[in-house]
Amino acid sequence: MYKSLPIAIGLLLAAPAMAADHPAAASGSTTLLASNCFNCHGTDGRTTHAIPPLAGVAKPHLITLLKEYKEGKREATIMHQLAKGYTDEEIDGIADYFSKQKR
Amino acid sequence: MSLFDPTRRQLLGGAAAGLGLGLLPSLSFAAAKSKPIGRVVVVGGGFGGATAAKYLRKLSGGTIEVTLIERRKEFISCPTSNEVIAGLRDYKSIVHGYEGLRKNWGVKVVHAAVIGLDAEKRRVRTDTAGEFAYDKLILSPGIDLDFEKVAGYDSKAQDTILHAWKAGSQTLALRKQLADLRDGGVYALTIPKAPYRCPPGPYERVSLIAHYLKTHKPKSKVLVLDANEKVQSKEKLFTGVWAKDYAGILEYRPNWNAVAVDGANKTVTSELGDKVTADVLNILPPQRAADIAHIIGVVNVNGRWSDVDWTTLASTAVPNVHVIGDALQAAPLMPKSGHMANQHGKLAAAAIVDLLSGRIPQPGVIANTCYSHVDGARAIHVDSVHRYDAEKKTLLVVPGSGGVSKEPSEAEGIYARAWADTIWADTLV
Repeated sequence: MYKSLPIAIGLLLAAPAMAADHPAAASGSTTLLASNCFNCHGTDGRTTHAIPPLAGVAKPHLITLLKEYKEGKREATIMHQLAKGYTDEEIDGIADYFSKQKR
Repeated sequence: MSLFDPTRRQLLGGAAAGLGLGLLPSLSFAAAKSKPIGRVVVVGGGFGGATAAKYLRKLSGGTIEVTLIERRKEFISCPTSNEVIAGLRDYKSIVHGYEGLRKNWGVKVVHAAVIGLDAEKRRVRTDTAGEFAYDKLILSPGIDLDFEKVAGYDSKAQDTILHAWKAGSQTLALRKQLADLRDGGVYALTIPKAPYRCPPGPYERVSLIAHYLKTHKPKSKVLVLDANEKVQSKEKLFTGVWAKDYAGILEYRPNWNAVAVDGANKTVTSELGDKVTADVLNILPPQRAADIAHIIGVVNVNGRWSDVDWTTLASTAVPNVHVIGDALQAAPLMPKSGHMANQHGKLAAAAIVDLLSGRIPQPGVIANTCYSHVDGARAIHVDSVHRYDAEKKTLLVVPGSGGVSKEPSEAEGIYARAWADTIWADTLV
């Protein structure tokens, strides 16, 4: 009995953390997809440097921008070339991710 | 370490099964906030490894224990180091630390050199910090230089003939050689046959050094001796700048393969027997996956590079070892760049989170952007998006995506510097 006590405590303590015990799918996730943008726009879209931050930007606005870049309707130095690499569904996921990040 | 030993976990797990208790691995981590799902050791703290360490923690919600083993106490950035060489940037700005990974992400950072691996027992051995057990190992080895491919480029010659192709003391030493160069002197750079680290890097370097000499020592010359038949990246943009801004200063010679150097006379000899003597001779030898990749046994392409499964970045040579960064036998049109290494790090991290959670990793899409400065203010870029192709089992450039700048611009000069600040933070903070 002496040895089973810490086991019981261990299970009790572990219980509230169950959600974190099974992290969400990582590959194929919108988080991973959006992380393609983090190199220049900052982790989770937060940056104070010259390339604009994306965190907290409204989803419809981001979708419009990315689609205009993709369709060649909006000029840019780089984004008109990169946006062509993503499907409309991926653009939706990327926009959704950044719109939900705190500024 | 003992709490996280896999054999102990298995023992406890077995005991738990006997008692009819299911989820026992949590026992060992009762004090932790969340239940670890596994341990990953990352070897190499450059753009690839540091990013992988951070994103293993981020994507797993802190449920993967991450140890980063890196020899150096400082992260010194190769990207933008050409600006330091040309006197356009303070050296201190390219030197960064690992405290962000420790404090913000709970990565255990160990400064030691890896000296061996037991793939079966999944243990990695270091010179000064003992052994580390892992479930998965990510190796981000970077490159080493094949000095032996250039006759006479021995340790003595290396004192005077620099490469500066790994940022650090060589960056500062080349800066000093250029500062000491007399007006009217010659700077020569040799470029090895592709593939090598950072395809546009040599052309950026000669552009920025031409800019420095034009500004401060206008009678001087820059000689570019390229083993390749043409400029390997942003060709029209670089050659355009050279013709317009550096005519009479910079001379480009293609198909000039350096095979021997004479350290005493600062002379380099080509495969065809041409000789060039320079006041500042800068040699970039051929490159390969760094020594550590050979020690771990993941070098399985031409004795130079590492082959991987492009869904998970898992080595095709050693189980449970994933390889990322410049050491890879790159996918078609994929450059050996810091930006790409950062992206490899995220892809490998995500795949490992899924593998340790019992899920099958999904293939991904990653992107590259490489900026090059052409003078003190203007920059150019090349970019691309790479998507997994199930049939070819590799990452291919998405048709129609990517491209290069229309022309050098000050706007891109500003973005290039912002890119550096941002990717350093995305990698280390």
